[in-house]
Amino acid sequence: MGQMKTLKRVLRYIRHYLGLVSLSIALAALTVVLTLYVPVLTGQAIDGIVQAGRVDFHQVAAALWRIGLAVVLTGLGQWLMNVINNRITYDTVRDIRAEAFRKLQKLPLSYLDQRGGGQVVSRLITDVDQFADGLLMGFTQLFTGVLTIIGTLLFMLWVNVRITLVVVLITPVSLLVASFIAKRTYDMFREQSQIRGEQTALVDEIISGQKVVKAFSQENMVSEKFDQVNQRLAKCSVKAIFFSSITNPATRFVNGLVYAGVGIVGAFTALSGGISVGMLSCFLSYANQYTKPFNEISGVATELQNALACAARIFELLDEPEQAPDGSQALEQARGQVDIQDVCFSYRPEQKLIEHFSLTAKPGMRVAIVGPTGCGKTTMINLLMRFYEVDGGAILVDGTDIRALTRRGLRRSYGMVLQETWLMEGTVAQNVAFGRPEATMEEIQAACRAAHCHSFIMRLPQGYQTVIGDDLGGLSQGQKQLLCIARVMLSLPPMLILDEATSSIDTRTELKIQEAFAHMMQGRTSFIVAHRLSTIRSADVIVVMRDGRIVETGAHRQLLDKGGFYAQLYNSQFAH
Amino acid sequence: MKRLAGYLKDYRLESLLGPLFKLIEAGFELLVPLVVAAIIDQGIGGGDGGYIARMGALMVGLGAAGLACSLTAQYFAARAAVGAATAMRWDLFRRIQQLGYPELDKLGSSTMITRMTSDIQQVQSGINLTLRLFLRSPFIVFGAMAMAFTVDTQAAWVFVGAIPLLALVVFGIMAVTMPRYRQVQGALDRLTGKTRENLAGARVVRAFAREEAEVADFDGRNQALTAMQKGVGHISALMNPVTYLLINLALMLLIWTGAWRVEGGFITQGAVVALVNYMSQILVELIKLANLIVTMTRSMACWGRVQDMLDTPVSMAERRESLGEADRQGPAVAFQDVSITYPGAGAPALTGVSFTAAPGQTVGIIGGTGAGKSTLVDLIPRFYQATQGRVLVQGRPVEDWAQAELRGLVGLVPQKAVLFAGTVRENMRWGKPDATDQEIIQALQRAQAWEFVKDKPGVLDFKVEQRGRNLSGGQRQRLTIARALVRKPPILILDDSASALDFATDARLRTAIREMPGQPTVFIVSQRASAIQYADLILVLDDGKVVGQGTHQQLMDSCQVYQEIYYSQFPKEAV
Repeated sequence: MGQMKTLKRVLRYIRHYLGLVSLSIALAALTVVLTLYVPVLTGQAIDGIVQAGRVDFHQVAAALWRIGLAVVLTGLGQWLMNVINNRITYDTVRDIRAEAFRKLQKLPLSYLDQRGGGQVVSRLITDVDQFADGLLMGFTQLFTGVLTIIGTLLFMLWVNVRITLVVVLITPVSLLVASFIAKRTYDMFREQSQIRGEQTALVDEIISGQKVVKAFSQENMVSEKFDQVNQRLAKCSVKAIFFSSITNPATRFVNGLVYAGVGIVGAFTALSGGISVGMLSCFLSYANQYTKPFNEISGVATELQNALACAARIFELLDEPEQAPDGSQALEQARGQVDIQDVCFSYRPEQKLIEHFSLTAKPGMRVAIVGPTGCGKTTMINLLMRFYEVDGGAILVDGTDIRALTRRGLRRSYGMVLQETWLMEGTVAQNVAFGRPEATMEEIQAACRAAHCHSFIMRLPQGYQTVIGDDLGGLSQGQKQLLCIARVMLSLPPMLILDEATSSIDTRTELKIQEAFAHMMQGRTSFIVAHRLSTIRSADVIVVMRDGRIVETGAHRQLLDKGGFYAQLYNSQFAH
Repeated sequence: MKRLAGYLKDYRLESLLGPLFKLIEAGFELLVPLVVAAIIDQGIGGGDGGYIARMGALMVGLGAAGLACSLTAQYFAARAAVGAATAMRWDLFRRIQQLGYPELDKLGSSTMITRMTSDIQQVQSGINLTLRLFLRSPFIVFGAMAMAFTVDTQAAWVFVGAIPLLALVVFGIMAVTMPRYRQVQGALDRLTGKTRENLAGARVVRAFAREEAEVADFDGRNQALTAMQKGVGHISALMNPVTYLLINLALMLLIWTGAWRVEGGFITQGAVVALVNYMSQILVELIKLANLIVTMTRSMACWGRVQDMLDTPVSMAERRESLGEADRQGPAVAFQDVSITYPGAGAPALTGVSFTAAPGQTVGIIGGTGAGKSTLVDLIPRFYQATQGRVLVQGRPVEDWAQAELRGLVGLVPQKAVLFAGTVRENMRWGKPDATDQEIIQALQRAQAWEFVKDKPGVLDFKVEQRGRNLSGGQRQRLTIARALVRKPPILILDDSASALDFATDARLRTAIREMPGQPTVFIVSQRASAIQYADLILVLDDGKVVGQGTHQQLMDSCQVYQEIYYSQFPKEAV
């Protein structure tokens, strides 16, 4: 049922190319018929060559001319068909990928946070590829395969019924043998891939931690572990490879049987004058190619299954519910009044997180969010930026519920610097201008000076034109962080969200950044996930979080006097 | 190449018998058209039914013998290929175990993992296919031609003309498309990269409302990929039609020549059929050969990469034999004018570092990112070799220590908390293979890890998943600290290893370490002034140089960099 549905949807994609698909099918039919006709013509030519002095050159020439015509037509038809199939395949892949990528931009972040990038990437790249290869190639192969089988049968029946029967009776043996071997090898392959997976995981883990292995002098211990898996893999690999490689010779043997059968029965028939020698040779060449599509089709079936499974996974992605619809009010030049009213939120319903939380941040106020490691401070960022939707209550910016605002407007009113630095692959200048691509070079440099990264940028090989990226090396974590700050400096929106760096920037550099931050925060409503005491103390409101919940709110002095969790946290720093 | 042969040497018999049996099988296959010709000429032509039956049986026999040979060949090929690959994997793994830190840095773990897994895998299937097919395909192609000559010299010249032409088309198209397919792969990689980047930066992209620009960028790459795929696809689309055309033209020529030869009484009708059959055998084998060459080139490239890694020279000689007990009363660690420049780096990572740490002292190392803090502590267990000056541990230069002995003295807690799949107990025994449960629990307590380990199901038997996935960052970090404490090392190095801990836990941890029996010499690398403030000796690093050393008080009086660091964390009014 599910497969039928997927199939129907796949057909909808191909519908754009209906004309091309029909043309391709027509060409396939044409080439199959012509290809099957050539052996008949060859047989006719051979029949003209009886024996010395009795060669009918007229017949031979006529047959050869026809062969020539058929072959040229077949060649053209095949080429055209290939070109058309390429077009259908690659264009469909392109369309699906484009659609999927657009979808990604509209999926709620919760989806991406849960799935992780790797899985989504593999859907968009690998699954789409396999889908295209398997489905479209599978269809053509299936179609030409079936057509070839039917065509061959008809041609053979047309020429001689008795010999056809021989072929028809022996062929299933080939299929049986192939499926018998396939079933046997399947188990061995599964064992092999399981052990190989084990080995890869082990190698991956040990080599990633190779320095620790060395530091603890555990080289021999891990080698022993590896050797065990390696030996096991060797043992089952020999078996798996051997049994899988039986398929070819075995089917070739059965084909040989068909060939011999046709040869014997055909020769006896010819002896009694039932068919000519030319037709016998025609039969022999049929016997050679007849079994091939069978083997191909059995492969195609699994390929199609696989392709459909891939398609289903892609459709699943395309069908994911998108983020809640956008509001209509464009927020421009926000003053920076943020009201959090009675907000409830949790990632999982069974685990309550934020309950009935209210807070008002007047324009220009600084709100520090503090708490021990992993207490869920980023949750607040998720809600303020509307990366996640509140379960209850509302967040208002300048008195308007953020759900009534456009996301674009809301988010562009915030400048965000996160602890995990992300840079796109591109030049330094492009990265800094990420939020304002139209910025001039002067503006970019000014922003970089303000974020204290101008001087190290100038020391890069190509200065502002140096290509950097997330995976590309060359920049330290701290330098990346500085660039992220420069990125915000350039657009300077009315409100800020800052996730303070804990360890990636050294404190002296950070002192400079803090100055820049302070300058930036002037008159801007700021939410800071704070680790530094200085930030915390100068905040107008401190939100103290613990185990994902807000436990206290208030100003520094106020909270200290209260002697609660904040006081405990604060004092632990001066315990010695 | 020579080395590859070396791996096959242990499977000499298999590597010889595999191709040999394949050749025998091919030989049987080449006989079939002759049998058919005989059936036609003598059986049908001579009206001899018994002869037809005998020849038919011969054909079946040839098939069965072929099958037997083929299976034997496959078995030997599989054994040789798997055997060689297994040995290769083992050698490579051992090689990686011997590499020092500088080589590990240079190679990078993802490269090493690829070499170990997919590259060797490719080499294995390359060997397997080569042993099976590399001789067979040319043998059939040229064998068919040779057989054609035995049938009729004049008609066989068609083969001489057709084979090079066919080869030219098959290999030509391959040669043209292969580099283009590599370009397609590159374009696909760029598309994958874009997608991955977009997902990794989803928050930033949305925060800056750049979704549309991202889509436009993606579309550009997507379109470029599609154009390339179509371009190369259209060229490969020529392969089948053109070879089909050529082979049939050759057939036409063959039949026409055959007709004249039969007319002249030189050959029989059956011989013409045999010639036609030989012609059809050629094409299939040529295409197989072309595909095989692609696989071989790819495996050879993989082998080249594997070999490079096997040949990676180890820059530091490791000493095995011990010089016996060192001076345990003297300075635990001493640096004498130590400098180090990493290979390939323009500037030294450390310049002229000198200091002495007495047994039981705590040394704090502080400084900005890239100041050389980790480099300094990495020199103590001799992960790297100083390019200048001397590093002494218990009075003896680190080069003179037996490797395992030196590293046994040091308990290291690396910056990145790396754990391995296995139970908590197994992970703890990395530090001390024969540690008792009591020792382990004690170490866990000191590392402030016991508080969460004791609540885990199975406690010490709790299964840590690969890379410690099932633990939080702070938990992983505390376990790596415990692992180093288990061996009660005389020297303990904490390389910024408390960064994921909150201040309170960090403070408790430091107290516990100070109270450890046996008083280890402790090196604490940190960016937090609070973590090193009470150290007996503080080294302030800036840009690879020691710009200040002394106690907190001394440095507060004399070292400007230290003051700046300190006040950045404890603003003046608070102190």
